[in-house]
Amino acid sequence: MATTHTIHAHAAPQGFVRKYIFSLDHKVIGLQYYFLALVAVFVGMFLSLLMRIHLIWPTASLPLFGELKPETYLSLLTMHGTIMVFFVLTTAPQGGFGNYFLPIQIGAPDMAFPVLNMLSFWTTFVAFVVMIAAFFVTGGAPLHGWTGYAPLSALPSAGPGEQLGADLWITSIAIFCLASLMGALNFITTTLDLRAKGMTLMRMPLTVWAWFVTAILGLLAFGVLLSAGILLLLDRNLGTSFYVPLVVVNGQVMGHKGGSPLLWQHLFWFFGHPEVYIAILPGMGVASQLLSTFSRKPIFGYKAMVYAIMAIGLLGFMVWGHHMFMSGMSPWSAFSFSLMTMAIGVPSAIKTFNWLGTIYKGRVRFQSPMLYAIGFVSLFVSGGLSGPFLAQPVLDIPLHDTYFVVGHFHLIMGVAAIFGMFAGTAYWFPKMFGRMMNETLTRIHFWITFIGTYAIFMPMHYLGLAGHPRRYSQLTELNYLKDLIPLQTFMTYAAFITIGIQLVFVFNLFWSMFKGPKASDNPWESTTLEWTTATPPPHDNFGGVTPVVNHGPYEYSVPGAPKDYIMQTDPATAAAH
Amino acid sequence: MGLALLAVIWLITFASTYFFVAKTWWFPAGMSAASAAIDHQFTFTFITMGIVFVLAQCGLGLFVWKYRDQGAASKVEYSHGNLKLEVLWTGLTAILFIGLNLMGSPIWAAERFEPAKPDAVPVEVTGMQFAWYFRYPGNDGKYGKTSPTLIDPSAGNEAAIGLDTDDPASKDDVVAGTMYLPVNREVDLTLRADDVIHSFFVPSMRFKQDAVPGLAIHMHFTPIETGDYEIACAELCGLGHYKMHGMLKVVSQADFDKWIADREAAKQ
Repeated sequence: MATTHTIHAHAAPQGFVRKYIFSLDHKVIGLQYYFLALVAVFVGMFLSLLMRIHLIWPTASLPLFGELKPETYLSLLTMHGTIMVFFVLTTAPQGGFGNYFLPIQIGAPDMAFPVLNMLSFWTTFVAFVVMIAAFFVTGGAPLHGWTGYAPLSALPSAGPGEQLGADLWITSIAIFCLASLMGALNFITTTLDLRAKGMTLMRMPLTVWAWFVTAILGLLAFGVLLSAGILLLLDRNLGTSFYVPLVVVNGQVMGHKGGSPLLWQHLFWFFGHPEVYIAILPGMGVASQLLSTFSRKPIFGYKAMVYAIMAIGLLGFMVWGHHMFMSGMSPWSAFSFSLMTMAIGVPSAIKTFNWLGTIYKGRVRFQSPMLYAIGFVSLFVSGGLSGPFLAQPVLDIPLHDTYFVVGHFHLIMGVAAIFGMFAGTAYWFPKMFGRMMNETLTRIHFWITFIGTYAIFMPMHYLGLAGHPRRYSQLTELNYLKDLIPLQTFMTYAAFITIGIQLVFVFNLFWSMFKGPKASDNPWESTTLEWTTATPPPHDNFGGVTPVVNHGPYEYSVPGAPKDYIMQTDPATAAAH
Repeated sequence: MGLALLAVIWLITFASTYFFVAKTWWFPAGMSAASAAIDHQFTFTFITMGIVFVLAQCGLGLFVWKYRDQGAASKVEYSHGNLKLEVLWTGLTAILFIGLNLMGSPIWAAERFEPAKPDAVPVEVTGMQFAWYFRYPGNDGKYGKTSPTLIDPSAGNEAAIGLDTDDPASKDDVVAGTMYLPVNREVDLTLRADDVIHSFFVPSMRFKQDAVPGLAIHMHFTPIETGDYEIACAELCGLGHYKMHGMLKVVSQADFDKWIADREAAKQ
């Protein structure tokens, strides 16, 4: 370790604060993002549990909130969606795992801009605090949904929660955008400039490709949302009319004139659709890495996988209008948005076929990371295949804004992405904490969560077909909804069990951190660079040595090789690639 | 473990598919002229996506079981992929997805590109927190003026949409909280919203369209069976979103004429 500091820009920190709080080490920052997301996901889940209970027992008195008023239900829904999308799905896969493992997987000692990295985490943290604060101000949290459609989100008089709570909501998102822009710059620069010798672009693990393209999406998308949010704040507080035409709320003529409610939707979804891929691409990367590792077989069609990630990234910016088929946007534009959306299904399908091709004629080890990766593929297929329904404007006529959509995006962007995080956690836990997770607890958690998520989200598709609109706080007003209450009840019970079992996951996480059996440097017999270094990795990742890469990332079961895997740093003579 | 995965994935796949195929929870019967085409497009999409769903999930279950690690008995095929296969499934998926898009497009075009026919029944739909109002222009065929300053939701009907009673064209306008339509005649809708975005959703008519403040959106559909059909709001519009519903009563032309005449008479 004597040479540790010779290749490294900043010295290993001394003292608790510099080591664990305001750390410049990408590994510590990665864990900070991860634990922030862990807190956020429990807040988000708790809110969803309250909603599920309220739907079935509308008069029940709930913890913290008492008997829910309709507006409180909508606040829970808004905060659930916002917290999950921003502080979980964007934070853990990219900020958490990406921060920790992108530099190591490309053989770099740290991120390109460590101070910027620290700043982007703490900015995210501030955004989270501001978001949670919305619960505690007069009027409570906003009720306009995570999509914040104007004029509802632009008019303080449009409902409870639309006063200070809505301002805090927008402010939090704006701060989050700033943080994500900083993070994205760092990821892109690091990937392009800090790769070790021999780590060509086409030797990068697919996780790195996913984080890299995700960062590009973030750079292009969050800037637009930031601007849109500032305009919304102006409309709310300074009397501008970007999004609000002349409107009359409850008999009162508002002071706005000439704005366009559809402008907000265009700007929001220009961010919002790439955001879906920001949430899911890292999960796709993790699934690719794990399916190859645990099938002991090279990834099927590496190049096709890389091009598919790029195609998804590119097309992801041309499809936002498919959220707006019923919005009053020109029906002719629906035509092209639909075509592009169908086109984006092609690279997604390529990825699925390649995952199946990777398992095919492999030698599958059912260690817990692999179980989650298999779960990811199954959920990705289920959630993905409802996409081509919603991509057709003509089928949006019955399905748009129903539970069908809620089922679709929860399966694919929600739980598939979360299975990507479970997989990443189980896979990298030994590297991050130097110990193994308890395999029995992980398996119990996998089985119940896997079956439970299907039990919650598959029935949502049936509700949607029956015409059940989303975001209804009570099911007793529309007559045709009454027949659907038994199905809703079933989903609530499934949610109880599925959310309950997450406590086992968290228990396992913290218990294993301190009590799990010691992990070796490469417990899964993986090939990528993080498994060549110590467990946990030293401050500069490789203990003063700069790794030299001689192989592609997924050289498993190479004929003639002494072991069934070849590390990326193994000498060049060992195998063909 | 491989067998358990196979069993669970297959079971989930077949159970999910069963409830779709059995139509345990399904669309209400389609009661508009466009319903058959929309439902057909749904069914076709469902069959193709359903086949892909079952094949992909069953393949996943089968592969993880069949290619499980059995120690020395397992031989791994060292391969980085297969270009022919890649091209094949890329091509097939592209044809399938783009094909679905092209199939659905004429139905969309018929619904949204063409305006209503000249003999359609004009109805203006106004959404506000949390009610729907329906305005019929009366014998003159012209909607009277409305004014934002006259809007008084608590008074209901004419006052709720801010009808200017000094305008001669508004004298015979009928405003109601229930929507009446004659059967087998197209309706020429004008959708408006006073305050925030609402969405006019009639599942039985396979009809949905947002009503947006500042816009007058023209749409049309044709009911083909008499009966009562529920109208829902499908766009989050505030705390009363869940109770912003209405009723569409599709009646014979004679009953419709009588209803309008009664309402006109009541106004005088």
